[in-house]
Amino acid sequence: MKNQEIFGFLFGLWVLIILGGAIAVIVLGPISISGYGDFDYILTSGLQSGVAIILVIVWIIILQKMSNLIFRKKFNF
Amino acid sequence: MTELIIPAIVSCVIAFFAVYLITPPLITFLQKRNMTVIDMHKKEPVMIARPGGISIIIGIIASEIALYAFLQMNEILAILITTFLAFLIGYVDDRKRMGGWWKPIALAIAALPIIFLGAYDSDLAFPLFGEVQIPILYLAIIIFMIVITGNTINSIDVLNGVASGFMVIASFSLSIALFILQNYEIAIISLPLGFVSLAFYKYHKFPCKIFPGDSGALTLGAMYGAIAIVGQVEIIAAIALLPAVINSFLFLSSVKRIVEHHELKSKPVEHTEDFKLKASKDKKARISLVRLIVASEALSEKQVGYVIFKLTLFSGFLAIITALMMGFRI
Repeated sequence: MKNQEIFGFLFGLWVLIILGGAIAVIVLGPISISGYGDFDYILTSGLQSGVAIILVIVWIIILQKMSNLIFRKKFNF
Repeated sequence: MTELIIPAIVSCVIAFFAVYLITPPLITFLQKRNMTVIDMHKKEPVMIARPGGISIIIGIIASEIALYAFLQMNEILAILITTFLAFLIGYVDDRKRMGGWWKPIALAIAALPIIFLGAYDSDLAFPLFGEVQIPILYLAIIIFMIVITGNTINSIDVLNGVASGFMVIASFSLSIALFILQNYEIAIISLPLGFVSLAFYKYHKFPCKIFPGDSGALTLGAMYGAIAIVGQVEIIAAIALLPAVINSFLFLSSVKRIVEHHELKSKPVEHTEDFKLKASKDKKARISLVRLIVASEALSEKQVGYVIFKLTLFSGFLAIITALMMGFRI
């Protein structure tokens, strides 16, 4: 099959998205800060944003490693 | 559901025939006004009319207004305004080359009508694992979604017929996913996007008669993103768009900055003597989806387009599987 590496990369990305969703639900879902009155909402959202940014960075690093692994041979770099 | 059949048929017919009938006179109009650009991948220099975004936006506006007459939903207005703003942003770029940051920043502003009209739900749904409530973070997702979908469709508009053909497959996959999730109204709102793209593909396919331009590509991409937000199918939409996402990811990871592709000197692909596309040997050249496809063997422009369509069909299939998985919880 031609271009099997690209189809494989697509499939790998799909798996990463499903797993990323699981981590987002497990990690982001339960985040809740209380005891600061009106600031609870803002603090919770701020913490969620911080964790989400870290998760996205980790996701991109994994994606980068995966693309290097799959496509390096193709370009002989 | 049955009461939606007539609005669906009317809007799809308007979407298809508006673009199908308007594009030929638009091509003549643009050629007469010398609004043409050279097709880089042809052996003999050919001038192609641009921007075809004008007929695309007319088709979208006419069909969505027809739908609004039937359904009177805020979501239609949000999609329509965001899409029209994206068209204007692209049109400015078509007429006057703007810097690399112009489109991301301007598209972020184009996303605001979705927020102001409240046409969203801040719960982000994932397959198998349920939803996560992210009220403030979701506002950032809305903005990023429009910026990403607009730019990824624009970045894949590199060969004859690819952007419009890609959007036909991706948008119909998204519509099927919305039907599976029983979100019938948004599914029907999404259908004109596929029919507009299909009608435009008739003139955009190899050998191309008109280019969509940034105005066309951003219009298609922004509308796709807006549908994903109002239909609460962000993850599914991202999956259907994966080949274009890969293209953008490879571009950014090899260039490591936000620039317009015409600003880069090294080209990712070169031409063989018989004008097939082959991967550049230049290690500094950016990596793109087309470069990956032609890395093993040189292919004609038409063949590369078909490979991209096969990849899009595969990602569309994964998107539909994901929609089916939404009904299950671990």
